Amino acid sequence: MTTQAASAPALEAQVWSALADIPDPELPLVSVVDLGLIGRVKVSSERIHVELLPTFVGCHALEVIQGAIADRLAGLAATVDVEPVFDPPWTSDRITVEGRRRLTLMGVAPPSAGGASLISLDAPVACPHCGSARTRLDNAFGPTQCRTMRYCLACRNPFEAFKPI
Amino acid sequence: MTTTRVGIAAAFPPDTLVALETLLQAMADDELIVGYWDSEWTGIAPILEEDVAMSSLAQDEIGHARALLGLLGELRAEDPDALAYDREVEALRHCRLVDHPRTDWAFTIARRYLYDEADAIRLEALAESTFRPLAELVAKIRREEVYHRMHASAWLRRLADDAGEGRSRLEAAWLALLPDAATVFTPLTDEARLVAAGVMAASNDVLEARWRQAIGGTCRELGLTVPGPAADPASGRSSHGDGVRWLWGQATMVRRLDPEAAW
Repeated sequence: MTTQAASAPALEAQVWSALADIPDPELPLVSVVDLGLIGRVKVSSERIHVELLPTFVGCHALEVIQGAIADRLAGLAATVDVEPVFDPPWTSDRITVEGRRRLTLMGVAPPSAGGASLISLDAPVACPHCGSARTRLDNAFGPTQCRTMRYCLACRNPFEAFKPI
Repeated sequence: MTTTRVGIAAAFPPDTLVALETLLQAMADDELIVGYWDSEWTGIAPILEEDVAMSSLAQDEIGHARALLGLLGELRAEDPDALAYDREVEALRHCRLVDHPRTDWAFTIARRYLYDEADAIRLEALAESTFRPLAELVAKIRREEVYHRMHASAWLRRLADDAGEGRSRLEAAWLALLPDAATVFTPLTDEARLVAAGVMAASNDVLEARWRQAIGGTCRELGLTVPGPAADPASGRSSHGDGVRWLWGQATMVRRLDPEAAW
């Protein structure tokens, strides 16, 4: 019991560090941890249980992410479970500071901070290319469920923005 | 978690549990069918932005159906795909409002507006459900629905304010939908048990009145008739037309060709 209690935190740290290596399949510069997709993680020498919080109920990347996590953690415990859960609901406020920085690097504007508590498309969004706040919404829907399409009036580039949700 | 969900549901008396399954089925089928109609716009919507929007909406709605059927599947120990697709069209329990074909753009928008507003009222009544897995799912769905409602309302206004074809097409669509608009709130067998158990906060009668009040202001402002009660409430979720028969043939085509096919 004492040995297990000592090793569990080490294993848990190992699990989190492994998870930090897993890119989101649709936003490959951002890890599943930085996107805030990981909920509770429970570890024992027999079993690792990871709660996965879907960005959208019908996210088609969910099974891909589940598989990637299960593959990456295989071997760290006899059983690895990755369970999608809606409690707590994923919101765009879960994206970390590093996640937001990396989204911008990819040319995807991060969601307005704190915007998820009051979902609105009116909040200003800075262009990920030139930083100008003079951007307009072109479409509340985009190439994936979690993105909108916008246009920068300053550098005249279209860009995608993460939905505040 | 599977045992937990079934465990939570097992705390309900058997009749309540059956009523819960009826509720999940009705909601899932509404979302599944409206989602499939939306997907019929992919590639042929009036403008490119709407191709993208309708495809995204379709994916959201079919995703909701999948999650609701997932809950139903756990209660019944059945595969959600089998629950969805291994059925004849007569076994579908979607309401008549979503049974209508997508028709033209004005029709799709009018139906989407009426349905999205009704769905929002229904979801609100499930937000504190004593069936916790449903309350958790509903919390997530409601966040997505904010975008659906913004989309439908913006287009409804745009068509209603149009002086020409947009307005006349919208009026024709509205007239065709009026007799079936309230069928989202068709009373479910034994729903009083769901209200008593706190699964639903209110009965469909009460929800229908809330919906009428919620959309009344917009309807009057835009000069559109506020929908009355369903013309034929007895068949609100059991009478399906040829349009859906065709749609269901499309939706289940691959499944029928090869039930074991992996995606």
